[in-house]
Amino acid sequence: MGTMLQIDDINVYYGAIHAIKGISLKVDQGEIVTLIGANGAGKSTTLRTISGLLKPKSGKITFEGKNIAGLPAHAIVKAGISQVPEGRRIFANMTVQENLDLGAYARQDTDGVAKDLKVVFERFPRLLERKNQEAGTLSGGEQQMLAMGRALMSRPRLLLLDEPSMGLAPLLIKEIFSIIQDINQTGTTILLVEQNANMALSIANRAYVLETGRITLSGEAQKLAASEDVRKAYLGG
Amino acid sequence: MNTIRKNDLLLIGLGIVVFAVLQGMMTEGLIGAFWKLNIFIICINIILSASLNLINGYTGQFSLGHAGFMAVGAYVGVVLTTNFHWPFLLALVAGGAAAALLGCLIGLPTLRLNGDYLAIATLGLGEIIRIVIMNIQYVGGAAGFTGIPHLTTFPWVFFVMLFTLIVVKNFVNSTHGRACIAIRENEIAAEAMGVNTTKYKVIAFTIGAAFAGVAGGLFAHCFYIINPSSFTFMQSFNYLIMVVMGGLGSLTGSIAGAFVVTFISAALASWPEFRMIIYALALILLMFYRPQGLFGYIELTQIGIIQRLKLKGGHK
Repeated sequence: MGTMLQIDDINVYYGAIHAIKGISLKVDQGEIVTLIGANGAGKSTTLRTISGLLKPKSGKITFEGKNIAGLPAHAIVKAGISQVPEGRRIFANMTVQENLDLGAYARQDTDGVAKDLKVVFERFPRLLERKNQEAGTLSGGEQQMLAMGRALMSRPRLLLLDEPSMGLAPLLIKEIFSIIQDINQTGTTILLVEQNANMALSIANRAYVLETGRITLSGEAQKLAASEDVRKAYLGG
Repeated sequence: MNTIRKNDLLLIGLGIVVFAVLQGMMTEGLIGAFWKLNIFIICINIILSASLNLINGYTGQFSLGHAGFMAVGAYVGVVLTTNFHWPFLLALVAGGAAAALLGCLIGLPTLRLNGDYLAIATLGLGEIIRIVIMNIQYVGGAAGFTGIPHLTTFPWVFFVMLFTLIVVKNFVNSTHGRACIAIRENEIAAEAMGVNTTKYKVIAFTIGAAFAGVAGGLFAHCFYIINPSSFTFMQSFNYLIMVVMGGLGSLTGSIAGAFVVTFISAALASWPEFRMIIYALALILLMFYRPQGLFGYIELTQIGIIQRLKLKGGHK
């Protein structure tokens, strides 16, 4: 399978703070790749740089052969990358349906959008039940589902997930992760950022470990999960 | 699409009825000169509050420079009609276009600011416009511009107001409008959805400024003289109060806000010493008991009782 996303030596700054120090990674078509690491390691920053919410100071980001580094976020959505932001960031005062409609904002094909709306409702039946409810009144798990459904409405080829387990009960985390696997099996490539390293490594093909803005380890997820260093640092012994 | 057109026709029909009643009362002499002028001002204020609502209420960009755009439209308009004898309509359009151009130029850099910073920047902009005008001798400087032909008539203010309402209403109900509302609700999420946030903020700002300019032209031609002190930041606050009082993100709210604020200040004109006290008290009470404004994010047609009446009518 071909390489879908290739990041070469990017550097990202928050003002004077050098947050990402020369990260390189790649995601192949059809994979689930995860970035794990402690708080402040630069996981979310990397994701936000890919989706165009932040601009890298140097380095290349290639998606399906095109350089997308520095493009504005709306152009990157059109190119086929969609992000589920950290903390979900749903439109709280809009209904579930309106949130999903906005997910398809960048698309012109009305028929395809209607079809994808059906698919999203099949995948998340609870969203269908609450279609006309204000999104702010949903539970945390339902909001995460809505944020994922909304991202899927742009029919992305690469889906970026930022901490989908944040603030959810263990049972719900399991459900969300099995949905992520499901989405991957229907052909969407996934780049997943997680603090819950155990869960992330259990569904991913490959993983990168980030520490203070650098990649310190990388490899197959299963091997990393078994490695002594990773177990000690991130999996609780 | 069909429902939008149907609603528009309904709005136009309703507008014509209201217009006919008011015009009839004016020709019959039932409305005196004082209230007639106040009806003019109410219509102009509705244009201003509806266009400001597009920026502040629907797109969520806190702007305090509306009086500045109004001043640009007013001065461009009066120069064109008085000195160059342009027809009124063209002068109004030119005033609106000048304000829109300025809005677009200023919007591009300032709309990258958020919240309080944008408010301060637009407040400063309004004052800069006023002070620049005050120092241009060609338009009379601080003494004001005199000898303006009295061109504003009731049909003019009324139908320009109706036109504004229809444009703003259709804009906020379109894809573009939904993009603006998404920006208000959550700018980062909107951007992640593929909304070009800068573009839509500038569009909303430009349309808002254009209508403020047109309103300025109408306002200037109500009187024989205008001067820069009519366009201070207190004026901008006044329009903001109308928008907030009526309800951010509600067009019917903007109409109600403009009506109530103008009506209160006109009705209390004979008691100038109590006017500001009552005005302030009304605002405090409103913010205390109804912080979302009279209509708060919903339109008159969405209010429960009217919906229920409609449903009942449907069952019969």
